[in-house]
Amino acid sequence: MEEVDSLQQRSSTVQEPPATVAYRPIPPPAWKPRTDPGPLLPDAEPFRVLGTDAVASADPELLRRLYAELVRGRRYNAQATALTKQGRLAVYPSTTGQEACEVAAALALEERDWLFPSYRDTLAAVARGLDPVQALTLLRGDWHTGYDPREYRIAPLSTPLATQLPHAVGLAHAARLKGDDVVALAMVGDGGTSEGDFHEALNFAAVWQAPVVFLVQNNGFAISVPLAKQTAAPSLAHKAVGYGMPGRLVDGNDAAAVHQVLAEAVARARRGGGPTLVEAVTYRIDAHTNADDATRYRGDGEVETWRAHDPILILERELTERGLLDDEGKREAAEAAETMAAALRERMNADPVLDPMDLFAHVYAEQTAQLREQAAQLRAELDAESEA
Amino acid sequence: MTTKTAARAAKPATMAQALQRAMRDAMAEDPTVHIMGEDVGTLGGVFRVTDGLAKEFGEDRCTDTPLAEAGILGTAVGMAMYGLRPVVEMQFDAFAYPAFEQLISHVSRMRNRTRGALPMPLVVRVPYGGGIGGVEHHSDSSEAYYMATPGLHVVTPATVEDAYGLLRAAIASDDPVVFLEPKRLYWSKADWSPEAPTAVEPIGKAVVRRRGRSATLITYGPSLPVCLEAAEAARAEGWDLEVVDLRSLVPFDDETVCASVRRTGRAVVVHESTGFGGPGGEIAARVTERCFHHLEAPVLRVAGFDIPYPPPMLERHHLPGVDRVLDAVARLQWEAQS
Repeated sequence: MEEVDSLQQRSSTVQEPPATVAYRPIPPPAWKPRTDPGPLLPDAEPFRVLGTDAVASADPELLRRLYAELVRGRRYNAQATALTKQGRLAVYPSTTGQEACEVAAALALEERDWLFPSYRDTLAAVARGLDPVQALTLLRGDWHTGYDPREYRIAPLSTPLATQLPHAVGLAHAARLKGDDVVALAMVGDGGTSEGDFHEALNFAAVWQAPVVFLVQNNGFAISVPLAKQTAAPSLAHKAVGYGMPGRLVDGNDAAAVHQVLAEAVARARRGGGPTLVEAVTYRIDAHTNADDATRYRGDGEVETWRAHDPILILERELTERGLLDDEGKREAAEAAETMAAALRERMNADPVLDPMDLFAHVYAEQTAQLREQAAQLRAELDAESEA
Repeated sequence: MTTKTAARAAKPATMAQALQRAMRDAMAEDPTVHIMGEDVGTLGGVFRVTDGLAKEFGEDRCTDTPLAEAGILGTAVGMAMYGLRPVVEMQFDAFAYPAFEQLISHVSRMRNRTRGALPMPLVVRVPYGGGIGGVEHHSDSSEAYYMATPGLHVVTPATVEDAYGLLRAAIASDDPVVFLEPKRLYWSKADWSPEAPTAVEPIGKAVVRRRGRSATLITYGPSLPVCLEAAEAARAEGWDLEVVDLRSLVPFDDETVCASVRRTGRAVVVHESTGFGGPGGEIAARVTERCFHHLEAPVLRVAGFDIPYPPPMLERHHLPGVDRVLDAVARLQWEAQS
């Protein structure tokens, strides 16, 4: 009863608003969009050069170079995969079918720029000039990184997903603070775009207007999980708009298109225009790695449709039709690739010489007392081993 | 002390001021030193530790970042790769957890991964520990996580002088340093002249803060004042306690600690962090392995309870206080000696 009374009492005290004054919600003070999203939006279709009118303005020399690098890259993927079967590599994540992205990434950069590859991007590092054997150190298992990143301006191949992206932002930001016109190109897969570090890197890059280009190779699968289970975004390039940077969508198997889009993004970053997110639509022809069985999550038919859109095939057709490549040119490219593969095979057949004491050499600039003790223990074990 | 130093009268300064001075001096001496974090610029940090640095050195040197700890530390990695020395603030202990992947997967092992080609000369400043009435996620003692990661130095000052000296050493270090700032000591004062700051020994040296003969209290950071107070109180019981301030958890100064325990024959490790899987277990094991035949009693631990950090109205029951330290000292098998 008491409750009812109090309710009645309360309702009787509510004042009816005068009928003449309409309630108007107060707008938030001074709200306006920070930037016009229109120019940031990607095109509806992936940008293409090969087989379109745009190819007329493409540099024939660049196209020929891209072709030679693609052929070499394909051979590299095949050779590295073969090395896993011989037990020379612990694992190899192939980029067969994705060579256009790898090669264009390397060729879009100047020497002073930096590449931040994921674990799958060995080929991009090799196309940038890294010694193929040094590039495979991680995958062979004799050390984690086989080269001095500063010498090649290639960050270590990153195994955790997307965590190298903020590094690229920080490096590009630092370079700009120092007055150097250095651009960082950071590579990630479609699965990696779901990671928190992807988000934080893009956000930092846009806020700082850092000279960074993010290249997403959307190869359709994160190991076995298809893109539809990875994101509900219209495209991965659309994600750029939310950060305030342009998103570009490109046919990842069209080497000329990927190179053009990346070169434009790199140039834009270099002149202070800020970051760009590029989504290259491609396909992983091989399994995730040699240890994966891709038949469990995709059909042969799908793979075959992508084989018809092979990056080497479509570039070769274009070059042949335009009279920029003949049988002689094809044979030259194939021979150069074969020479590279033979050299790689031979060098990888030699067992790496390992010094177990390296385990303690680079943990700290100066070894701690604890590590000195452990190093002495290992030294003694090694000595005992060699005496036995 | 030189006459020049003596001429500048020491006056009361807080630990927060000493830390701020350390960053300021490092920035003035070395243009590659950059401060970054959430609120470190205009606001000067929620604890005012970076007060004035953005104004003095510009926002490019002392940068308010987006609110994203993994991004803050991740971009700092890239900056260090390009030759800068970032000093990153994590604002509160538990706020550092989103950055753990960067810390563990990259910061700690970049030198090792690249065979020394890419050192990571960066400092991660983490205000840590309880006792300030903070709500959940503002009072954790997370040092055990950092200690368990090879490649990191883990340093924690307990005095105003050390706050300056150790932070200077951390910034100068070519390796990553997790710099744990005991936030309840931010306003602790000492007579300290910022114009003539005292140098400290390199990172990795413990110090005996109080000489004693009966037993050693091994401690660090926020628990040092507790142990010093306990040592004073213990005199009434006839115990003459030695107090060792570790200052650095990694590298660990076995030498100073074990020399003390061998002198006293008894040891208690005191810290706020949980006991199970906490730093005290490692320290007790090290002391036992090295000093077994000098020990009159097992090495005991006085630690926080093995619970998530309690709400502020209950934290006094969790934090090791003077009484709990004295209780442990009482359990050091004194009867067996008498």
